[in-house]
Amino acid sequence: MTTTIHGGIGQSLARKEDARFIRGKGNYVDDIQLPGMLFLDFTRSPYAHAKITAIHPEKALKIPGVLAVITGKDLDAAKLAWMPTLMSDTQMVLPIDTVKFQGQEVVGIVADSRYSAADGAAAVEIDYEPLPVVTDPVKALLPDAPLVRPDKTKKSNHIWHWETGDKAGTDAALAKSDVVVHQDLYLPRLNVSSMETCGCVAQFDTMGRLTVWMTTQAPHAIRTVFALVAGLPEQNIRIISPDLGGGFGGKVPVYPGYVVAVVAALKTGHAVKWVEDRMDNLMSSSFARDYHISADIGATKDGKLTGLRVKTVADHGYADAAANPSKFPAGLFHIITGSYPFDKAFVEVDGVYTNKPPGGIAYRCSFRVTEAAFTIERLVDGIAHKLGMDPAEFRLKNFIPPESFPYKSALGWTYDSGNYAGALNLAMKMIDYPALRKEQVEKRKRGELMGIGISSFTEIVGAGPSAQFDILGIKMFEGCEIRIHPTGKVMARFGTKSQGQGHETTYSQILAEELGIPAENIAIEEGDTDTAPYGLGTYASRSTPTAGAAAVIAARKIREKAQKIAAHLLEVSPDDLEWKDYKFQVKGVPEKSKTMADVAFAAYTNPAPGTEAGLEAVDYYDPPNMTYPFGSYVCVVDIDKGTGQVNIRRFVAVDDCGTIINPMIVEGQIHGGLNMGLAPALYEQITYDENGNMRGNSFLDYLVPTAVESPHWETGKTTTPSPHHPIGAKGVGESPTVGAPAAIVNAVVDALSPLGVTNIDIPIYPWKVWQILHDKGQN
Amino acid sequence: MIPPKFDYHAPGTVDEAIGLLQKNAGDAKVLAGGQSLLPLMKLRLAEPKMLIDISRIAKLSYIQEDPELLRVGAATKINDLNDSQVIRSRYPMLADAGAHIADPLVRNMGTVGGNVCHGDPGNDLPACMLAIGARYVVRGPKGDRTIAAKEFYRDTFVTALDPAEILTEVQIPKAQNGDGGAYMKMERKVGDFAIAAVAVHLRLDSKGTVTSAGIALTNVGPTVLMAGKAASSLVGHKPTDADFLAAGKLAAEAAQPASDMRGPAEFKKGIVQTLTRRALHLAWGRAGGKS
Amino acid sequence: MASTAIPRLTAGAPMGGPTRMVHITVNDVPFAIEVQDRTLLVHFLRDTLGMTGTHIGCDTTHCGACTVLLDDRPVKSCTVLAVQADGRKVRTVEGLESGGKLHPVQEGFTAEHGLQCGFCTPGMMMTSVALLAKNPNPTEDEIRHAISGNLCRCTGYMNIVKAIQHAAKASGGAK
Ligand SMILES: Cc1cc2nc3c(=O)[nH]c(=O)nc-3n(C[C@H](O)[C@H](O)[C@H](O)COP(=O)(O)OP(=O)(O)OC[C@H]3O[C@@H](n4cnc5c(N)ncnc54)[C@H](O)[C@@H]3O)c2cc1C
Ligand code: FES
Ligand code: FES
Repeated sequence: MTTTIHGGIGQSLARKEDARFIRGKGNYVDDIQLPGMLFLDFTRSPYAHAKITAIHPEKALKIPGVLAVITGKDLDAAKLAWMPTLMSDTQMVLPIDTVKFQGQEVVGIVADSRYSAADGAAAVEIDYEPLPVVTDPVKALLPDAPLVRPDKTKKSNHIWHWETGDKAGTDAALAKSDVVVHQDLYLPRLNVSSMETCGCVAQFDTMGRLTVWMTTQAPHAIRTVFALVAGLPEQNIRIISPDLGGGFGGKVPVYPGYVVAVVAALKTGHAVKWVEDRMDNLMSSSFARDYHISADIGATKDGKLTGLRVKTVADHGYADAAANPSKFPAGLFHIITGSYPFDKAFVEVDGVYTNKPPGGIAYRCSFRVTEAAFTIERLVDGIAHKLGMDPAEFRLKNFIPPESFPYKSALGWTYDSGNYAGALNLAMKMIDYPALRKEQVEKRKRGELMGIGISSFTEIVGAGPSAQFDILGIKMFEGCEIRIHPTGKVMARFGTKSQGQGHETTYSQILAEELGIPAENIAIEEGDTDTAPYGLGTYASRSTPTAGAAAVIAARKIREKAQKIAAHLLEVSPDDLEWKDYKFQVKGVPEKSKTMADVAFAAYTNPAPGTEAGLEAVDYYDPPNMTYPFGSYVCVVDIDKGTGQVNIRRFVAVDDCGTIINPMIVEGQIHGGLNMGLAPALYEQITYDENGNMRGNSFLDYLVPTAVESPHWETGKTTTPSPHHPIGAKGVGESPTVGAPAAIVNAVVDALSPLGVTNIDIPIYPWKVWQILHDKGQN
Repeated sequence: MIPPKFDYHAPGTVDEAIGLLQKNAGDAKVLAGGQSLLPLMKLRLAEPKMLIDISRIAKLSYIQEDPELLRVGAATKINDLNDSQVIRSRYPMLADAGAHIADPLVRNMGTVGGNVCHGDPGNDLPACMLAIGARYVVRGPKGDRTIAAKEFYRDTFVTALDPAEILTEVQIPKAQNGDGGAYMKMERKVGDFAIAAVAVHLRLDSKGTVTSAGIALTNVGPTVLMAGKAASSLVGHKPTDADFLAAGKLAAEAAQPASDMRGPAEFKKGIVQTLTRRALHLAWGRAGGKS
Repeated sequence: MASTAIPRLTAGAPMGGPTRMVHITVNDVPFAIEVQDRTLLVHFLRDTLGMTGTHIGCDTTHCGACTVLLDDRPVKSCTVLAVQADGRKVRTVEGLESGGKLHPVQEGFTAEHGLQCGFCTPGMMMTSVALLAKNPNPTEDEIRHAISGNLCRCTGYMNIVKAIQHAAKASGGAK
């Protein structure tokens, strides 16, 4: 019989953070009220590219309550008009003379209330001289394209070229292949649309010390960036990330609003709040995706994959402001060989400037992993179809077999562990795949459109090993600091920041397991740079792989010291003790034991001779490798021929994220991730017209799915622990977002395949399906 | 997003409200539920200097069937329409439409009067009113007049209402045996305005022959549109699916959609065709028609 | 930086423009407060009363983060003027717990993990409370339609549906 501890690993412990949220007592940035606090709002550019010829703030300044305006010229005087991006590019805080995208912040208005600030923003008059606009990155590369960044030495919109893999070998492998499928794919721009937008409150105290409450997923990194950019002494900066209403990558970058709020606070001597409207957020916060992909995949005629070649144009808007802490400009895009053992693969990406907002960010995935997973899972389906093979059978035939892990991919990643067939077989069983195929045959005879789509993705999370990852040179480690108080209660602090993932609960569970102290006696704190150990923050599903590991190791450091104290209390040698059933026991004499609480009290009252008082530990964990969660999804769709409407009838998701700490939280993460996989497949995109006008800059046209559009998700799991993580956990929040889109698109293409359809662009709006059916005389 | 400044009045009677409208001609707007007007004001696309809230006027909210007419008070909330037993059982077209207007929260504020007066071709109730042959009772400085719904819509956001007039009641011919209506809407997601939507109303005689028909279209033109030819093609027939299909084609011809974020014009016409045929089947069944 | 002299400031409540006195009962407590005519109910609750449990997630009446009960019906308080609520009752998330006892909907959201970041949660719960008052035993489909004016970006709605079913069962519905 195994002993368990309350709230240990594997239990669906109810979330600790819920107590405040269900009472309306969460503390989000916009909830912060300080005495004398002012409000910042912006007048934004109606043009995508224009010279600013004059700014007339007079009318705005006459509005009661409007106190000040801040322009790019004001910032320039303090050398703050531009700021560096994480990708060594530069980005404007406020423009001095030229705007580069529609919705760009031009003038900051400081007022005594949000109402007056809004009135002020509407009253500022700005004269513009429109300049030629380019919004299509392919056109931006043409020689006569308008130059987006004349400030750069390179007089072209081309930012960088990056490639990896064996070009000649891949070309040769494809040339020799019996079949090759070529596919162009476009992953449109997206906005993460966390329900809370971005914002901050900045305040200088009388000693000149700056505190900023900020919607940030990475408070420490922000503190260091502020110190480097603004030249403030780092000990005089305190960044507090209070409760966050979702992040999904959108709260990693530094936005102009944060900087202007700090400047406004400095100039006025008052606390200044800035909170974006939703439209501000959709128009100017960082985007995701916008990858134009052109790919070839080859196979032998008996269905063995041979080679993969991918060429991509990456639209970065007017600055490469990607929130990508890797050393690779295209992030982890070279996970693109997915779950398959390619001998040869080659990937190249070109970054391009356009007159659009800068970025990009992840949208609930590691950097560019969705782009990769979508591409490979679409292509694998395409080539299976061309070979006349069932897509499930084709995948099962090609998967990297479980016995070859750790597996080194053609593009240089070392996959830690996997059992891809296990996940696909379970998903097929849950949905009864053979029965569906049979039903499909019947339906096709009657002319009905039903499709089944599979996606067997491999994720890469847990950034990351310091050889490949850093932010401004800072390694991507993660910190945990544990203090055990005399009464056996625990305070643990982390450098990560939950945005809804339930860290307060999950970390408690890890520590409960490792320390033998019930989760209810463990308090978790994150997000305050004054108190938390340094860390790089929460995104890319890195918290459990990195901070979770730091927690385990810090706890084990405590156990090491605790063992000495326990030995002292039991009057035996530390070697005579073992850690068993969550206590120190004299080997072979289980009734002689001490709990961690006993030890904690002794650590302060009766420490072992030669040991310091107290019971604390810190660990900074630099992961030896990434973790590679995976899964297989099967989706069934029915298509209404009269309207082109796609109805997702069933969607089964089998995920494998290694050891599961809290099954309830993991399942919740999967549901949410699936919805953010559904969204780009069928609903969301941001587009621009030729003049750079953003189409759909509110939730009227940016179609975040409601409960009605969202399917009843069915989940299953397999468990393949990570061999290099101290408890085998891999991270899960994003896998479904990565894996789901291809399953849905594959299902729709499968439904339409009798009509000769091999691809359909996302988002799959009814009109696109209707058009195909109409062209084929089907409606 | 913050609305610009305005002056707010909440008169207790319709006449008081009309007086205010008259005195502040051009500057004042009627506020009913505010679910169309306030969003426009928050975006500063509308900047009235004065709002006249009619929601506090007694006796503007009712659903009443008398021997001739179904009477719906202008301030009746859309959700009250949806919840009404009379509407659900005897005027199901209105319940179909009501259930697809915006979302359940907006429908708790939004009113029938606001929906039919706003003049947005995307509003769902106007097509129902055209198809079913409703009349609007409006009161102005010179007293009451009634306007046929089909005469009411002039252009996008332009109606036959004078600036100092208020809609007080919508009048719908009382449902008879052999009446059947349906409203079908296709939307990008719940809460969205229609890609296209179709209201159909049929009246059958005891033998199942169509004696009158009304078909109207939402969001496929500058205003709500009548599909007159489609409707008249059914009159005098005991219709079959082929007739409904033909009527669908005629309805698609009547549509004047523009290509936009909801899809290309040709697609929208296709949707009008599909929805018309389906709505006719549903209305036909509801009217007691048998195929 | 151009600026006017910075005066002594009061709290961040909306100022400027025509004002009037409103009498609004929030969670059974009557308030009589002078507001600008244009003050949105959500700002009255958040900025004037300091009741920040009601959130703002959009500008266009689409997200429902601001949902409160106005005379027992759920409405989007970002698209209601405070003056429209004059003389009426408002219930917010802060008014759900009573006498130290959580509302069954609050219990349901915790028990079924119906929230992640918590930002949509107050609005979602207010809609749920109204739904269950009207329909004590809703089907999954009825629940999904009832909450279709409330967006959630975190949960995929699955556990929100379960949370509402949980609350229905606890309140004697959903046998
Ligand atoms: C997110 C969202 C989605 C929506 N989706 C839809 C949809 O799918 N379908 C749809 O039909 N509507 C939709 N709407 C609009 C809205 O539901 C209705 O138009 C609204 O209910 C109108 O009613 P109201 O009482 O709120 O009107 P208000 O906003 O108060 O008024 C609208 C207009 O009508 C005038 N008016 C109102 N009542 C009278 C009267 N009695 N006499 C004279 N003039 C009057 C006002 O002056 C104003 O110009 C949506 C709104 C939102 C916010
Ligand atoms: S804040 Fe989004 S609907 Fe009110
Ligand atoms: S829990 Fe985050 S938006 Fe719903």
